[in-house]
Amino acid sequence: MFKFTEEQLMIRDMVREFTTNEIEPRDRDMDENGFDRTLIPKLVEAGLIAIHLPEQYGGGDGDTVTSEIVINEIAKGSASVALFLDAHWLAADMILHHGTEEQKAKYLPQVAEGKIFAFGLTESNAGSDAGAIKSVAEKQADGSYILNGGKAWITNSGVADYYLIMAKTDPEAGNKGISVFVVPKEAEGLTVGKFEKKMGMRGTGTCELSFDNIKIPAEDRVGPEGRGFMIAMQALDGARISIGAIASGLMQHAMEKAVKYAKERTTFGKPIYKNQAVGFKFADMAAKIRATDLMIWDTCQMKDEGQRISVEAAELKLLSSRWACEVTDDCIQIHGGNGYSREFDVERFYRDAKLLEIGEGTSEILRMVISGAVIGR
Amino acid sequence: MKILVFIKQVPDTDDVKLDPKTGNIMREGVASKLNPLDANAVEAAVQLKEKYGATVHAVSMGPPQAEDALKKALALGCDEAYLLSDRAFGGADTLATAYTLSLAARKIGDYDLLLFGRHAIDGDTAQTGPATAAFLGIPQITLASSIDVQDGYVICDRVLEASSQKVRARLPAAVAVTQEINTPRYPKPINIMKALKKPRYVWNAEDLGADTSRTGIPGSPSSTKELLEPPKRNADTKYFSGSAEEIAAQIADMLHDEHLI
Repeated sequence: MFKFTEEQLMIRDMVREFTTNEIEPRDRDMDENGFDRTLIPKLVEAGLIAIHLPEQYGGGDGDTVTSEIVINEIAKGSASVALFLDAHWLAADMILHHGTEEQKAKYLPQVAEGKIFAFGLTESNAGSDAGAIKSVAEKQADGSYILNGGKAWITNSGVADYYLIMAKTDPEAGNKGISVFVVPKEAEGLTVGKFEKKMGMRGTGTCELSFDNIKIPAEDRVGPEGRGFMIAMQALDGARISIGAIASGLMQHAMEKAVKYAKERTTFGKPIYKNQAVGFKFADMAAKIRATDLMIWDTCQMKDEGQRISVEAAELKLLSSRWACEVTDDCIQIHGGNGYSREFDVERFYRDAKLLEIGEGTSEILRMVISGAVIGR
Repeated sequence: MKILVFIKQVPDTDDVKLDPKTGNIMREGVASKLNPLDANAVEAAVQLKEKYGATVHAVSMGPPQAEDALKKALALGCDEAYLLSDRAFGGADTLATAYTLSLAARKIGDYDLLLFGRHAIDGDTAQTGPATAAFLGIPQITLASSIDVQDGYVICDRVLEASSQKVRARLPAAVAVTQEINTPRYPKPINIMKALKKPRYVWNAEDLGADTSRTGIPGSPSSTKELLEPPKRNADTKYFSGSAEEIAAQIADMLHDEHLI
């Protein structure tokens, strides 16, 4: 098994305590009422909101392993809060890796101070086919841009202070005609639409965005013109590890509830876990969780070593998201009728799990990435 | 200002089990944690450091594993840690413990303020802090629910059962804090990473110049004769039905019948 350092184990314990006290008790309420903004100052105070950023920007100087420990532990209390953090990091990472020194100095300290960032690629008619986005940033004579169009399914929208928006600067050039821009929530012409009535992950804000002649100064373009698709895909590679870490945390959270229930609930004169039909389900769950964990920490270590992880992150997300759906499904089955009720938690976990097969690259897109690598080898 | 904060590692469980043979608390396989009230003492020390500037030295007597509690104290903002560890310290009661801690305080030296948690949740005696102050011949304030330092004095609120007091003591002094004094912070991950690079010392009986007839079991006039598990509480669930008023009346009747009101 992957060996954590002493620091990483202490950080894991600290995040576990934070999650038990501050996050898990809010998860059910957030499912009903949406993201709880009072968590933001707590995440800042605890040094978690930007643990992956360098200390010079107010971050926690954590490597990939340490950062994913944070996501993984938080997901054991709330998949929604873990997803919120994942989206915040996904957007901020684009500035960290491709921003100018001025952009880093301006925006990264805000990431650490609790200003929230969101990543805007998907549109209502273009998700998996990112090259087909229709939002356009038209270059003006003075070097600035005018942004028109809209986005859909943007995690953290309505909560975010800044949006990292992918838009076409050359509509004829497909993937190579996309650039990235920072759009503050106050931007004139930005409208944040109504909250999506999602099946799960309801503790995160997800809205449509529309852009009506938003003026963007040249210095708010992140990375070179036309490189937006590459920048976004690179950021998504990292975020796909986070989805694996969320899947593992969610599976463990669900299994923990099911184990407790299976010990308390009796049928035919004995606790239900003593029925092999129930007991064996836990065997499958434990094996899936362990396999997920091995893939998470291995992929994190590769990323920390500077290796490319596109394929490995895709493999991790592909398997772990499917297993999260299976494990949470089994946990409902163990709970019987109670599992189908909102009085118990596992039905929420099942709804949360399904997002993992869709967001940040559907399983189908991931299979394209993986099979492409296999055939090309 | 130089602050010494004394901490203890305690079992992290509400379900303490006793070894049926020895009568001692079974520690094997039970996770440990920093005594919660000692976390309040560390927080009080770190807040004074942030307010006035200070060095904070965390001290713990215990087996080598007690190092974990000290590492947490370092992550929470203490500057240095001292583990007092020696077989000769084992089995100490509060008197022998206080003697040993007082030697460590003298060896560190030049202290202005000694901070303790009101009590440890395992032994629950609340004697070690006061006894350490007595060994050092310095004033002490117990049950402190607030703390400040001004003009060479430590000033505290003491919350008693029917009243509260504001008291002060000339430095150097010892203060035992209650959980009301503050809410301990979470150690930030970046501070955890830095904590393990801070100085840590391990001192044994020889390092302290301890008279081993006054430490550990030989130095302990009191000993535990027998430990008993707390009686198991049997929860009894009753279901009521009717309107809210009817249910309230039924609950009142039941509490009355059980002589609870």
